[in-house]
Amino acid sequence: MKKDTTSKGLLSFIKDTLLWNLTGSLGYQLYLGILICLMLTGIYGYFIQFKLGLAATNMSNIVSWGFYISNFTFLVGVAAAAVMLILPSYIFNDKDLHKVVIIGEVVAVGALVMCMTFVFVDLGRPLQFWHLIPGIGQLNFPSSLLAWDILVLNGYLALNALIPAYIVFCHYQGKEPVGKYYKPFVFLSIGWAVGIHMVTAFLYQGLPARPFWNNPLLGPRFLASAFAAGPAIISLVLHVVNSRMGYKIDNKIFNKLRIIIVSAAIINLLMLFSEIFKEFYFPTHHSQSAMYLFFGLEGHNSLVPWIWTAISINLIGTIVLAINPFKEKQIFLMPALILLIVGIWIEKGIGLIVPGLVPSPMGEITSYAPSSVELYITVGILGLGMFVVTMLLKPALIIEKKYENEK
Amino acid sequence: MDSDKKKKINRRTFLKGAASTAIAGSAVVTAGCKAKGLLGSSEAFALEFQEYFKKHYRLMTKAEREGTVARLEKLARLKQNITINVDTTEPAEKVLYGYAFNVTRCEGYMECVEACVKENNLDRKSNTQYIRIFEMEHGQMSPDQGDGKYFHMVPAEGHFYMGVQCFQCQNPPCVKACPTKATWMEPDGIVVVDYDWCIGCRYCMAACPYWGRRFNWNQPEIPKEEINKEQHYLGNRKRVKGMMEKCTFCIQRSRKGKLTACAEACPTGARVFGNLLDPDSEIRFVLENKKVYRLKEDLGTDPKFWYFID
Repeated sequence: MKKDTTSKGLLSFIKDTLLWNLTGSLGYQLYLGILICLMLTGIYGYFIQFKLGLAATNMSNIVSWGFYISNFTFLVGVAAAAVMLILPSYIFNDKDLHKVVIIGEVVAVGALVMCMTFVFVDLGRPLQFWHLIPGIGQLNFPSSLLAWDILVLNGYLALNALIPAYIVFCHYQGKEPVGKYYKPFVFLSIGWAVGIHMVTAFLYQGLPARPFWNNPLLGPRFLASAFAAGPAIISLVLHVVNSRMGYKIDNKIFNKLRIIIVSAAIINLLMLFSEIFKEFYFPTHHSQSAMYLFFGLEGHNSLVPWIWTAISINLIGTIVLAINPFKEKQIFLMPALILLIVGIWIEKGIGLIVPGLVPSPMGEITSYAPSSVELYITVGILGLGMFVVTMLLKPALIIEKKYENEK
Repeated sequence: MDSDKKKKINRRTFLKGAASTAIAGSAVVTAGCKAKGLLGSSEAFALEFQEYFKKHYRLMTKAEREGTVARLEKLARLKQNITINVDTTEPAEKVLYGYAFNVTRCEGYMECVEACVKENNLDRKSNTQYIRIFEMEHGQMSPDQGDGKYFHMVPAEGHFYMGVQCFQCQNPPCVKACPTKATWMEPDGIVVVDYDWCIGCRYCMAACPYWGRRFNWNQPEIPKEEINKEQHYLGNRKRVKGMMEKCTFCIQRSRKGKLTACAEACPTGARVFGNLLDPDSEIRFVLENKKVYRLKEDLGTDPKFWYFID
């Protein structure tokens, strides 16, 4: 195929992307239909919540953050985990991972979109959102960690959207991307990825009012669990790309990701053990939250089955991934990856947020489980995230494949 | 987000221009609407539209403050058919409010709770209360060990009572947490919330070690005849769903030299409120002559709320 770079401008790029996204097999159309149904469910839930206020959720003056903020916390980790592909491929020039780095970045963009939507739906007064925008609003920077989080998340979204957009657009035109235009931003994004997760941890860590969160291990543990769960999700996406989108992914890549996941998961488990030791070797008044989480307090034990499930499947997932009993067939590792993801999702989501708030500073204990509205909205946001990932990934892979062939 | 910002700025500057006549007085808007033959409800809508774009309270000029007060009073008349008086009294010089609670005297009648609910227009639907009274057994010192839900004849044998509310910390963690500067400490020591500026993220609530803040999960409801019409912009004025609120030492009363509603209502005289900078005040007498203590001093929040024992 001859290159016709001059005629391929931004306009035809957008046109082609839209076309590729909307056309596909019946299965693909069905998949898009399901995603749209999920998003409609979310919109329905948000409509109810907008009318009734946050009273539509099961949150209260005691458990003042719930399922939304739990999912937000988990997904910041997924977004940050793109760095585990960016770092080896750009710094250590790993050719295998370089081939899939764009997939990691797209997953990060999807995760960030979900993060921000989760924070947005958690706001009591979403219409007053503009009060946060510097210039017309009042951003309490640098004092408020929430202000920091808003800045770093938006910055990271910009980096992870614009770098791949530039590279893909160059490839679309059949050109080699110019290193000096995007490489500095790649290096920036590596530091930034660590930043977003540390800042999110500091959001909780910086509250002496909540002894369960006010723990210097929280930030590092966030990173460790993120670098396990994030690449695990990327592996699942790679598997779908490999089997459904006709973009061949080598077994070597799955293996490299597996090693990253196992290392991070083991560090995460070590830190978890360290925390458990501190809470239970000599329980103090500050161990009440951990008691509530692991054993229940005064009959409120709704979180107990969740956390033990999380720890068990975390362990099983890590062991299976570490031993790797199906050497040649990476596909058999997928269930172990799912176990690990679910385990970390519980442990770092609801297992971190709710016990931080219970018992209340006045010693009151209550149970929390998300309401149906919270579940609807969460499902909707998940659909949105998958939609964003699909819409970005499909054209990107078509362009990449074409570019490879032309070379 | 950038394009969003631009849009907002444009809308805002547009509004500034468009509303420059209206801002002089809502009368202009009223006249304009009536001339067009529109209904009263659209007048309320116009006022609410202007309210939506108003600034942070601390950044408003005197004229802008008068403008929003006029709009709020007008809206109360239009929507609820009540005449309210929204005050914006500034803090006085050389005043720093403090509070002391006599643990020996309190007998748990909860008159203070009721007075507070009425004075501060607290939501009756969700039963919001700024003050909590904990029934304590002897030997206990911190309310988190006590019973905050007792329902029986008081005082109960072998028990004592402790009241808890916002402690108006001099180093308030909630203020540090707020992402929009919607909550701050006034020069007279009262930590207030600009309700209209709050976005309802509830980070301040997570940051408070004393459980001093309340969130409006639902649209608050107060029977019309029970609404306290003497209001302060930073105090007991109308709140809507999604806003954070808290005890303001009854700013609408204290800034006019009155006692807080809780201190006035207490039948046993267990509550002492006053100016910490006035050497002749009762609160200074308590701090200088009684054995006083504060809750969770280890957190360094420096609350202006002391407990003492006779």
